[in-house]
Amino acid sequence: MSIVFYVLAALTIAGGLAAVLLKNTVHCALSLTVAFAGLALLYLELDAQFAGWAQILVYIGAVAILVVFAILLTRGSETPKDGVYSKNWLVGLVIAAGVFAVLGWAVLQSSAVLPHETAVPTVTVLQIGNALMGRYVLPLEIVALLLTAALIGAVIVAMHEKESDQ
Amino acid sequence: MNPLTGYLFVAALLFAIGLAGALTRRNAILVLIGIELMLNAANLNLIAFWRYGPHPEALTGMMFAIFSIAVAAAEAAVGLGLVISIHRHAHTTDLDAMNRMKG
Repeated sequence: MSIVFYVLAALTIAGGLAAVLLKNTVHCALSLTVAFAGLALLYLELDAQFAGWAQILVYIGAVAILVVFAILLTRGSETPKDGVYSKNWLVGLVIAAGVFAVLGWAVLQSSAVLPHETAVPTVTVLQIGNALMGRYVLPLEIVALLLTAALIGAVIVAMHEKESDQ
Repeated sequence: MNPLTGYLFVAALLFAIGLAGALTRRNAILVLIGIELMLNAANLNLIAFWRYGPHPEALTGMMFAIFSIAVAAAEAAVGLGLVISIHRHAHTTDLDAMNRMKG
């Protein structure tokens, strides 16, 4: 485990924690961007350059901006007077802690049998493009259809309705 | 220590943080942020297994993560569109106040 991994992991976890814990919604969105950036850097550390840059493009470039737009359009940056946490926050916290306990226990128990190839995989964008146009062409088409449907659906759902009385 | 263990542990922690956020926050946008964190934790697992698995040249984990990123983007767009639409009807994004299915 290199020092770079620990720094990036700490950055990602800190960003995620701040995104969930902060009171101001805009600050949460900015912390979420930090967590996304930390994850992209972890992908680069894992020699997955394409996924890392895709993460930066899609999450930091699009999703984070979309979240900020939604916060501003819904005036969500105003802190509500009766707290930012739900009435059943303790139940949610217990469930999340239980899930983390189970996942962490499973990871630590299976540590000895996990694969650990040391050879650095050399994957070029040409190989990824060939795979997308060959073996994975059907999922690619389905994702294209899904993105089109989501685009049209999001516009229809959020479109301003006309005040039609007749 | 196996390097994969560290990545899996970070992903588990990030998933738990996202789940806690999705279950405890009142604001619908913050719940969506929690869901995004959970999706990203799953992606980190996929990439880590691809890197340390026996056949990285097959690109399976990498492709799974890339498609997952695309699906998450679609989910974020529709989810935030729904939040904006609900805010227009009910003038709130507080999930505890949303107790009717009929506008």
